[in-house]
Amino acid sequence: MSTQITNEDLELSVLETDATETPTAIPALRPDRLSSLDTLESEAIHIIREVVAEFERPALLFSGGKDSVVMLHLATKAFWPGKVPFPVLHVDTGHNFPEVIDFRDRTVERLGLKLVVGSVQEFIDRGELAERADGTRNPLQTVPLLDAIQRNKFDAVFGGGRRDEDKARAKERILSLRDEFGQWDPRNQRPELWNLYNGRHTVGQHVRAFPISNWTELDVWRYIEREGIELPGLYYAHEREVFERDGMWRAVGEVSMPKPHEEVVTKLVRYRTVGDMSCTGAVVSDARTVADVVVEVAASTLTERGATRADDRISEAAMEDRKKDGYF
Amino acid sequence: MSTETSLLETGLRESTLFRFATAGSVDDGKSTLVGRLLHDSKAILADQLDAVARTSADRGFGGAGATGSQAIDLALLTDGLRAEREQGITIDVAYRYFATDRRSFILADCPGHVQYTKNTVTGASTADAVVVLIDARKGVLEQTRRHLSVLQLLRVAHVIVAVNKIDLVDFSESVFREIEADVQKVARELGLGREDSNTGGIADLFVIPVSALNGDNVVDRSDRTPWYSGPALLEVLETLPAADELESHLESFRFPVQLVIRPQGALAPDAVAAGLDVGAYRDYRAYAGQITEGTVKLGDKVTVLSPGAEPRTTTVIGIDFAGSELAEATAPQSVAIRLADEIDIARGDTIAAAGTVRESSADLYAALAWLSPKPLREGAKVLVKHGTRTVQALVRNVTGKLDLATFKVEAASSLELNDIGNAQLRLAAPLPLENYLHHRRTGAFLVIDPVDGNTLAAGLVKDHPGDHEDERYVI
Repeated sequence: MSTQITNEDLELSVLETDATETPTAIPALRPDRLSSLDTLESEAIHIIREVVAEFERPALLFSGGKDSVVMLHLATKAFWPGKVPFPVLHVDTGHNFPEVIDFRDRTVERLGLKLVVGSVQEFIDRGELAERADGTRNPLQTVPLLDAIQRNKFDAVFGGGRRDEDKARAKERILSLRDEFGQWDPRNQRPELWNLYNGRHTVGQHVRAFPISNWTELDVWRYIEREGIELPGLYYAHEREVFERDGMWRAVGEVSMPKPHEEVVTKLVRYRTVGDMSCTGAVVSDARTVADVVVEVAASTLTERGATRADDRISEAAMEDRKKDGYF
Repeated sequence: MSTETSLLETGLRESTLFRFATAGSVDDGKSTLVGRLLHDSKAILADQLDAVARTSADRGFGGAGATGSQAIDLALLTDGLRAEREQGITIDVAYRYFATDRRSFILADCPGHVQYTKNTVTGASTADAVVVLIDARKGVLEQTRRHLSVLQLLRVAHVIVAVNKIDLVDFSESVFREIEADVQKVARELGLGREDSNTGGIADLFVIPVSALNGDNVVDRSDRTPWYSGPALLEVLETLPAADELESHLESFRFPVQLVIRPQGALAPDAVAAGLDVGAYRDYRAYAGQITEGTVKLGDKVTVLSPGAEPRTTTVIGIDFAGSELAEATAPQSVAIRLADEIDIARGDTIAAAGTVRESSADLYAALAWLSPKPLREGAKVLVKHGTRTVQALVRNVTGKLDLATFKVEAASSLELNDIGNAQLRLAAPLPLENYLHHRRTGAFLVIDPVDGNTLAAGLVKDHPGDHEDERYVI
């Protein structure tokens, strides 16, 4: 009953369920089809607009990192020629790279945005958070984040999280409902069907929205290249004083000082992720331009978190645990 | 190293996106198949492979039956959350990403055992293709029938049946042909794969013998199945047209309005700094949304549908996208549309190609895939989200339930988790409903619980009784 047919160079076994013996050929790809980047961009803009239309007080989590920069760029496109109609929120660990904070402030100024800052340092100073033994402050962001969400009554918070980053994120919804404690419950997620997003929530709940869920690291870089998006300079190769720890190159800085046995060397490096200085490592790279980075990322044999994030090496389920506690 | 670089140079930049889902259980080797696709398409990076190799060794994988000392348990590549490992189950749909030089793939990896209908419906709702797994030693099971039935209901454009573990039946052609014939029989009962449809929902059906464990016919064609002259799984996935390609040129323009862009002087400072003519944009007004179906061109006549108002016809005078003026746009592009006449248009209204829409209706006949542990009862008040509009609705009655194993509709007055049934709803405001059979986007809706906001069901619009109804659309 099966019919072998030839479609150009491809032979296909097509089942006939009809009485007639007409073979089914695969229709040709349309030449004017949208590229994968165009499709991802349209999807993200649709999600951003849905959230703005359905929520009272959205905000965008903006760290100056490449994913949040891409998110903000998408938001400017979604509402052009109008202003981006929501504030940006930064949870400042106090251990940021100075050039990233500078970039953050310039971007906010350029787009005429309101910036809300939640400060990990202030929580530590008030004794509401304790410094960890390993000095890493990324896991400490959750409390100031939830505090900022509650104080500002944000009911939706955009994040640049991507599903390709981590196995916990692979199961995250595009609109992720969080309770009063910001907790993620992977066993109790709403099914997400077609392009119909259900953002209904009750008092005390809020939603985390991840419009670039379906992008990969390479998509983000190709998009940055295509759109000519400016990033903090440390994403590109530069000379820096570094020392080796846990198989990663750490920048020498106030909050990340080498121990006596750790030798400081000057290397040509760049960052694949930009977070807390105390737990983000640099990679040796000579990719000085965005085009160089695209080639480097495409050929990379390590995931971006595996290569550069000490906090995700703490345990196999590090991200899963942080997310359940209200992290992004 | 060189392969990745050449991949980039040979057109990754212009690759297209293809979404597919997998349906099947762990026992069918689904995790191994997904792991094999990711591994052989080089989507798995060294640190992930190292972790999997360590765990494989810890668990004693690579003993009997495996080849070589480097054997790894491919299923671990898709290992999920700790909560899942602890319970030995897969909780939820996981999304995975890989690319070849032709395409970028988004894979919705749907668990088979628990809540298979919920997960399959979810994964299939956005999929261009679904890969259904069958264990070659077991053949077509009830679960296979259920999966195919859901795919038929959701009008998935391409169905690929992977007859897995073909190595465990000694690459036997006769075993494969028998399963192929059984699949074909089920497909015929369901009306899958029929070609007489001009709706765009052309359900191709492919049956491929594979061994996920050894890689036969997954990425490359196998020489251990010389009797099979068809393509390997990845070849099919790389070649099939995405649903939007199949549909957009056949369908009429549909555009649910998400919001109105009307800056009224609050123009983006960066756009102004880049030389935007402030005077010209003082009265700018455009309707933002994502084209759900079809194509729109400058100068097209369109009809605006708002509940409680007569349809109004006007002309498209602008298709804007972030500073670019487009001559035409097609699904699934997100754009902003300007119209010739000053019409009161708000979120939830639909802009459609003139003369292509029926009257809006407050009577909704639908198939519902029930996704909530809270059962549906007649008389329940729910919310219906269709396009960009959410309205209240009353469930007047449940008219039947589909037996997914026999494909027969039986009498029912309620629907439980994982049931698929027919219901009649009365809407608080009329909506531009279209038959899902012909409109995968404008024929779809969500049923939402007004109390806790949870999604209760995936809804598929059917024709009203008495209207012409396609007989293939059994439920």
